[in-house]
Amino acid sequence: MRHGKYPFVIGFLAAPVLLYSVFVIAPYAQAFQISMTNWRGLSAPQWVGFDNYRQLVEDHRFWQAIQHHLVLLIALPLITIAIALFFSFMLNVAGKSSGGQRTGVWGSKFYRVVFFFPQVLAVAIIAVLFQTVYRPNESGLINGVLMKIGLDPILFLVNPNIALWSILGVLVWQAVGFYVVLFSAGIASIPGEIYEAAEMDGASRVTLFFRVTLPLLWDTLQVAWVYLGIAAFDAFAVVAVLSVDNGGPDGATTVLALEIYRNAFTYSKYGYASAMGVALFFLTITFAVFTLRVTKRESVEY
Amino acid sequence: MGTQLTTTRTDQPDGPNPRPLPPVEQARRGRRTGRGEVSLLGGMGHLALFFWAVIVVVPIIWVFLASFKNTTEIFSSPWTLPAELRWENWGRAWTTARVGRYFLNSVIVVGCSTFLTMLLGSMAAYVLARYKFWGNRFIYYLFVSGLAFPVFLALVPLFFVVRNLGLLNTHTGLVLVYTAYSLPFTVFFLVAFFRTLPLSVAEAAMIDGASHTRLFFQVMLPMAKPGMISVTIFNIIGQWAQYQLPLVLLSNAKDKWVLTQGIADISVNAGYEADWSGLFAALTIAILPMIIVYAIFQRQIQNGLTAGTGK
Repeated sequence: MRHGKYPFVIGFLAAPVLLYSVFVIAPYAQAFQISMTNWRGLSAPQWVGFDNYRQLVEDHRFWQAIQHHLVLLIALPLITIAIALFFSFMLNVAGKSSGGQRTGVWGSKFYRVVFFFPQVLAVAIIAVLFQTVYRPNESGLINGVLMKIGLDPILFLVNPNIALWSILGVLVWQAVGFYVVLFSAGIASIPGEIYEAAEMDGASRVTLFFRVTLPLLWDTLQVAWVYLGIAAFDAFAVVAVLSVDNGGPDGATTVLALEIYRNAFTYSKYGYASAMGVALFFLTITFAVFTLRVTKRESVEY
Repeated sequence: MGTQLTTTRTDQPDGPNPRPLPPVEQARRGRRTGRGEVSLLGGMGHLALFFWAVIVVVPIIWVFLASFKNTTEIFSSPWTLPAELRWENWGRAWTTARVGRYFLNSVIVVGCSTFLTMLLGSMAAYVLARYKFWGNRFIYYLFVSGLAFPVFLALVPLFFVVRNLGLLNTHTGLVLVYTAYSLPFTVFFLVAFFRTLPLSVAEAAMIDGASHTRLFFQVMLPMAKPGMISVTIFNIIGQWAQYQLPLVLLSNAKDKWVLTQGIADISVNAGYEADWSGLFAALTIAILPMIIVYAIFQRQIQNGLTAGTGK
């Protein structure tokens, strides 16, 4: 059994570890280092300490991006989870019960297939799709209808007050189906007898939802919140492709990822872009740790 | 209706026409309609479900229809069926706008990198899950830590690493980068999976004289099939959707672009060239295969993706 173990272990690990070190670990480590330099790509990088971070604090665009992340961080999980939770309850529990077996409402299988579909499309493709949906003239899907019935068109992406919300709409549109399926799996593992007993005691469906489904689904909800929060810290593809003027109008939809990309590959401010990357890293980590702490509860045994 | 049936039933319990409902069924109906709260919530719920299905499906159908229209129709009658099936829009998107090229590039890159990810990822995961050796824990956490880092942190140095290796604007570079960034999750998931597989089978194979390598490829890998399928689906969908990595790593090689890049670019150019029907056709070509593949494998895809992220 022990014969030839080490050559085998090394042989199997060499290629993945090498690839991973070169393309993942090394760049991550370098990012922290580059963020302390004024590197512009041409001459050798000079050490500037925390200068980039000092500059970052005074950068109006940076704070704009942070603000948008905060909006997305609260709104994206809240809206997505609320809708998905309601739908998965409808699709799994709200139907008639026969012999202790809870079922969903009529057409549950169909809805689950359709809702999930946006999940398999690439986000960049979805962004192009919604660019046509949101178009501000009569060729847009929504404004085409509004203008036919004599209403003013809504300038979804051009009006700075609603541009971010229009983008949020796309993120929710894509995400709901996935969380419906995720929550459905959680609900399916709740024993039918619990519902049966609660119903026998005269619990209404609303009570069932808040007193049975929700507490027993807590772990899944926590995971969902973390994933959606991390998604709220990215949103690169959808903002880069969908928003007017790359994060516009006038920075009304910009996110950190976009500012990193712009500073690095348009302005060649590699040191500054890396400092933003480090800021993004700490924000993401803080969010994940914070969420897991705050939502920590005694898990319900069943 | 309910009361009428009840009277019919009591009047002629054993009539030749068995029209009345059996008592159980009837009791159930009575109970269900008797609860107003149920029908109200149920009604609203049905409406909400239907409404969301419409929201998901309508943009896609609308794009599909618009791909057959000409520019006049797109502007004057966005909600009607196209007057004729203008396949030339699709032809223009496929060849002139090079959607065919981009599609093929995506297939090549995702095919190669998913294969490489699964091969290297399962090898590393297997060794980390089943063999005790010095540094095992360290390497495992090295891989798993990659899950916590946003890709954007690494973007600048990654660009220079790839450039210094002479792999900028090549498919090879993109395949290697996709593979490297897919390893954390693949290893994390498969280590957990390999640990659940029974030891006895492996021991029996070793006694029969199988080498470590043979044991892996001929015994363990087939046993790990369910987990492998889930992670493969997860990786294919993730890599197919990639946008920022090709944007950075393939920026100056238009003939090597992948589909997401290509479609985003066509969308920008459609404005200048006023070729809206070409854009709709390009979008349809990008979306339609996904719908078809999803329709065929929807169960596996749903399971694969939720198993992939739900843990």
